Amino acid sequence: MAEIRAAFFVEAEELLESLQDGLQLYDDGQRDDETINVVFRAVHSIKGGAGAFGLDELVQFAHTFETALDAVRSGALDPDGAAVKLFFRSADILADLVRAARDGTDLPADVTGPVLAALGELTGEEEEEEEVDFQPATLSLDLGGAGGDAGGAGGLDIPGLPPLPPLEAPQAPARSTWTIRFAPHDALLVSGNEPLYLLRALAEMGETEVSCDCTELPGLDTIDPEAAYLAWTIRLDCPPPEGDGPPVDEAAIREVFEFVDGLCDLEITAEAVEPPSDAAALPPLDPAPDTAPGAPADVAPAPIAAEAPTPAPADAPAAAAPPAPDLPRPAPDSKPAAKPAAAPAPEPRTATRPAATVRVDLERIDRLVNLVGELVINQAMLSQRVAEAGLPPNSPVATGLEEFMQLTRDIQESVMMIRAQPIKSLFQRMARIVREASSDVGKEVRFVTEGENTEVDKTVIERLADPLTHMIRNAVDHGLEKTEDRVAAGKPAEGRVTLKAAHRSGRILIEIADDGGGINRPRVREIAEERGLIAPDAQLTESEIDNLLFMPGFSTASEVSSLSGRGVGMDVVRSSIQALGGRVAITSRRGEGTTFSISLPLTLAVLDGMVVGAAGETLVVPLNAILETLTLGEEDLRALGPQTHVVQIRGGFVPLIDLGTELGYRAPLDNYMGSTVLLIGQEEGQRAAMVVDAIEDQRQVVIKGLEATYGRVPGIAAATILGDGQIALILDPPDLIAGASGRTRAANLPLAG
Amino acid sequence: MNDQARTTEQMTELLSFRVGGQDYSVPIMSVREIRGSARATSLPHAPPYMRGVINLRGTVLPIVDLAARLGLDVEGDEARNVIIVVDLGERTAGLMVDAVSDILTIPDSEVQPPPDLAADGARGFVSGLTIVEGRMIRILDLHEVLPPPGEEAA
Repeated sequence: MAEIRAAFFVEAEELLESLQDGLQLYDDGQRDDETINVVFRAVHSIKGGAGAFGLDELVQFAHTFETALDAVRSGALDPDGAAVKLFFRSADILADLVRAARDGTDLPADVTGPVLAALGELTGEEEEEEEVDFQPATLSLDLGGAGGDAGGAGGLDIPGLPPLPPLEAPQAPARSTWTIRFAPHDALLVSGNEPLYLLRALAEMGETEVSCDCTELPGLDTIDPEAAYLAWTIRLDCPPPEGDGPPVDEAAIREVFEFVDGLCDLEITAEAVEPPSDAAALPPLDPAPDTAPGAPADVAPAPIAAEAPTPAPADAPAAAAPPAPDLPRPAPDSKPAAKPAAAPAPEPRTATRPAATVRVDLERIDRLVNLVGELVINQAMLSQRVAEAGLPPNSPVATGLEEFMQLTRDIQESVMMIRAQPIKSLFQRMARIVREASSDVGKEVRFVTEGENTEVDKTVIERLADPLTHMIRNAVDHGLEKTEDRVAAGKPAEGRVTLKAAHRSGRILIEIADDGGGINRPRVREIAEERGLIAPDAQLTESEIDNLLFMPGFSTASEVSSLSGRGVGMDVVRSSIQALGGRVAITSRRGEGTTFSISLPLTLAVLDGMVVGAAGETLVVPLNAILETLTLGEEDLRALGPQTHVVQIRGGFVPLIDLGTELGYRAPLDNYMGSTVLLIGQEEGQRAAMVVDAIEDQRQVVIKGLEATYGRVPGIAAATILGDGQIALILDPPDLIAGASGRTRAANLPLAG
Repeated sequence: MNDQARTTEQMTELLSFRVGGQDYSVPIMSVREIRGSARATSLPHAPPYMRGVINLRGTVLPIVDLAARLGLDVEGDEARNVIIVVDLGERTAGLMVDAVSDILTIPDSEVQPPPDLAADGARGFVSGLTIVEGRMIRILDLHEVLPPPGEEAA
């Protein structure tokens, strides 16, 4: 039971996510039936599951919420902005209740109370009869060990238990049966419609028996791959309405085919009782009686079925299997018949229904990641041994090793992909932070997210939550002006906070932007001087002033609000992002807003690097930081100050940095003519030319953290183990360049530039 | 040792070694292994006693040159050096010493606290003194010797 309970809570988290998604879509103006249905179903499923485990408080709240949503669904209630906000708030509380139930804690009643009251006000007090309607479902769930509930009321798919067949179905009074003949024209396919979706939509309305008419299908030699040859006869057996939904009538069925109106032949006939003729019309079902009716049974019970993983494989055979025996000429036709069947089959992967998933203990994955890391090191060692043995590059051993290398890389990428997950869950948590923060400080805020399907390593997501929360709160509290100030400045009263994620050249870029007043630089400077963070006469550029925000002990809040300015400063944000191997930068324009950009490494385990030598040490430069490599010629090098050089590259000047000197390994060289230089690019578009002694190799290296065993080293991101077993340090080029002295000449050696 | 008869007393086992011509020791329970010296990869901006890091079967092991850390004469001959890998629970580090001498079993009663001599900076590194066969053995306080992680020593 504990396992089923745990599964419910995992399942509930997913439902909460789709609830949030649905509400967001709804709020964004996508107010169609499907959107509100998704929201409704999510709440409904949570209620059903919670009922099975006797989580009364959760059931009660979900029920009230559901009643309000049902009013929206049936058109009785057209929610305004305030009502949608209430729905969001309700979703948050529902999430809290789920978590409270999971952890066995209690949520104070004064949290749920006002929201319940507000929801009740929205709908009036019409919920008593539904309560009664819901009870039997709860009972059947308890008896059946919380399996699939036949009535379709709670339909939470709990893994490990087979769904019960709809037992009471045939006796139900209001049951209606329809026969639908659906023959798409060529135009239907040309316009991008997919018959499979229509059949699925029907399957959600009731129990379906689908038979495919392939008689029109020509031989393989004459077939036009873009033509529609197939027609379907669907027998739809609708269960009685659930009390909270309208009964299925012809209009409802026609609605399914609304978008293909005129693109197909559609005949809908109603049958009160099952006519025997119908059974005769469907001979193909007889050879496979187990698969065909069995499959729709999985689909049938409830709208929630669409979210359950089981139907995905089940209804594909239902559509595909029957045709074969029906064919008059089995031999020539079996191949073309297989083709259209195969065509819809890959669809489920791209379609809305989730692919089959496995839940794995994170520890097992981490073990695998570590092992793959060792494999990569081992492979590097092997390569080195082979090279040392002096085998020619095209020898069988070398080519075999090359393939091995490719395989290692593939394995490594696949393993990292297991750990990656969409950043969406994190963004949704931030949406809640925005809602709470904005209501706390009394500002109207619109929260916009972009790229929420960007996949990020799980650890990164977990460890980003705190810094992001802080930055989002800051954006709402300090970033956005007060509503009256916004209006006075001619901006819309509603502030805007944008959270974006994207992959950018091997890193993940996350941006938190507000359209507020921007950083008040004179004020920042003033505070920094007051607190003694900078000298009063210090000359600072705008970006240097912005970066003062990251100094420990800095708080811009001239008035400390309840939200931010409570000790956890931006310096903590920066250090936690640095701990992930990331960086954070600010750009701000007075009156237009502030943007924080966080750049993070894609994985925490492996990177592509260039192995270079500097002053006798071997170092690794991340490949994504290197724009190009070049050899310095006489005309490239220009002296700048008494100790510094710049390099002229295609009309631009970039500072010259000597890696060996910056790391303190040696004094600057007398002459850099002919030196090998790596042109390092940074996120802000700045470049720097870094002198190395030699480029030795380019390879994948496994990242071994230094922080845990030694501590942070300026300019160094991590360490790795090379093929010869030696440790090499991995550079953090932007950090190195930011802290670089740029000394490329001994001070006492005057050189003609 | 001559004190094997007194079994009822609490005993401390120590690994003694020589560094900079002096005798030191560490509690044997903190020693994980002893291995030959390897070429360490030096760390930039590190304090002088930090020799660098070596690869210990896939983990990055920081190496402390104990003679430099204790302010003793640094012997240049690296080939004869030995690394004692010590485990402090939360982290692991290597101590570079001249040679490992012996394993000693000392009753607690024979361990004396070091006298308070403020002039000597290294005093904080020694947690106790004992005498074995006429030689004074210093017992190191490893938590003092090894800088705490995260300490940026630039």
